[in-house]
Amino acid sequence: MTMTTKPRLMQGNEACVEGAIVAGMRFYAGYPITPSTEIAELAAEKLPKVGGKFIQMEDEIASMGAVIGASLAGLKAMTATSGPGFSLKQENIGFACIAEVPCVIVNVQRGGPSTGLPTLPAQGDVMQARWGTHGDHPIIVLSPSYVREVFDLTIRAFNLSEKYRIPCILLMDEVVGHLREKVELPDPTTLKIINRKKPDLSKIGHYNPYQDYDGDGIPPMVNFGDGIPYHVTGLIHDITGFPSTKPEVTEHLISRLMRKIYNNIDDIVEYEKFFTDDAETVIVSFGSTARSAIRAVKILRKEGQKVGLIRLKTIWPFPRKAIQELPSTTRNIIVAEMNFGQLREVVEAASRGRFDIIGLNKYNGELISPDEVIAKVREVHKNA
Amino acid sequence: MEERFEIRLSGSGGQGLILAGIILAEAAILDGKNAVQSQSYGPEARGGASRSEVIISNTDIDYPKVTKPKILLALTDEALHKFKDNIADEGVIIIDSSVKKVDTPFKIIQLPIIETARNKIGKSMVANMVAVGVITELTKAVSREGVEKAILNRVPKGTEELNIKAFNAGCNLAEQI
Repeated sequence: MTMTTKPRLMQGNEACVEGAIVAGMRFYAGYPITPSTEIAELAAEKLPKVGGKFIQMEDEIASMGAVIGASLAGLKAMTATSGPGFSLKQENIGFACIAEVPCVIVNVQRGGPSTGLPTLPAQGDVMQARWGTHGDHPIIVLSPSYVREVFDLTIRAFNLSEKYRIPCILLMDEVVGHLREKVELPDPTTLKIINRKKPDLSKIGHYNPYQDYDGDGIPPMVNFGDGIPYHVTGLIHDITGFPSTKPEVTEHLISRLMRKIYNNIDDIVEYEKFFTDDAETVIVSFGSTARSAIRAVKILRKEGQKVGLIRLKTIWPFPRKAIQELPSTTRNIIVAEMNFGQLREVVEAASRGRFDIIGLNKYNGELISPDEVIAKVREVHKNA
Repeated sequence: MEERFEIRLSGSGGQGLILAGIILAEAAILDGKNAVQSQSYGPEARGGASRSEVIISNTDIDYPKVTKPKILLALTDEALHKFKDNIADEGVIIIDSSVKKVDTPFKIIQLPIIETARNKIGKSMVANMVAVGVITELTKAVSREGVEKAILNRVPKGTEELNIKAFNAGCNLAEQI
């Protein structure tokens, strides 16, 4: 059995920092905002103790810029924010996408739009996490439901961002961020930590920073300061890193950015299935809302109702397979989320008309309760 | 212990209810049980409605919020009015003596929580620990030893003695019921 620490009471935001440090985070830049502030506080306390750096920047976009700079210089870097700050970071998140800079952005969601509901939960940034920055780009978005899972998925966010040279977003919500629960952490030496791929310079005559040497779409990365200067830009660039407007260069770059992610969907996508094998109705949910759905499924199963759950741990790329592999018994999908129905449309597209898709949406600053999930399932079964 | 033992601590911001919830949850974990603590508050640093919720269980806790608490602590009139009807069967409402009693089918226990902190301990700030003492002694949902350890883990350095004293005063209040 894996060694674990003694059980202790830990907050979701605290587990994020613990996970980040185990994953190798040695740089944090941020601008505090509820309900993510504890992440900044704890990063400020813990990073200097492991030789890392914490900096509170003048605003969110500058924080994102600092994170990009730190990562190019070789440090694993993270920032954390909530909706309003996430909006401000988007321009530089796009820069990290095109320049392929590994980094982790935590968004502890609160009610929006704008400053919205500062202290109350929501899951209204599902689409912003996907398309908040402009232009064609892939992105990886993970969403934890438990405090222990915040720890695990923060490490996974670093691992995926390092492996694929892509910004990775940890999409939490206020409930999971502020919840304290009993946690036992694993022995860090038993965990798999991935570091960015470096080139074998003895085999490469001249290093091109954006050349796909290995054919996997992921260019090996030399850290700034390691003796090989190169050009990094937000403009479309060729393998040398210098700007180009040539159609073939543009197409090659964008295609490669997409290919390195979409050829590895099975490595990136994670979800959990509960009681879906014979389910007539399947609930799709994520984050704290999924915990209400689990309770609802347990209660309904005791009554003999054929209900199951898909709990998404990866939201983007969307796990289409999870929907498409549902059994022939499944007729309805209820998408439970604390927003007006952002994920519902994605589930609908993935289901290709096979299922009735029903939204269970709450956007009043309160977590969806198990009773509300149960009521929705009963309503669907009554109308069937 | 039944599947979920739910506690709701309510009052206004600045009364230390979140810390009280953290201490009860941590004590449960030190006792070898499972626990979660969550909170709800407004944007103000002080004032405004505040609540802290604790669920103690011997099994996994899926839904992390309190629905029908066995114990409701209300330190303000506003909190009592807001939460008095959402109580488990045989649930108990604990109110401070400064709070006006209301009509309710549930049992109300009124105790001088804030006054004890102010007059006996000398700091109204530690009313939260007096309340933790009352709840510990009344419910036995957590052990006194567990709570004492949790207090030492969680309160600011230099205030340990003060907080333990307040906790013990709370236990004594409940013993006299």
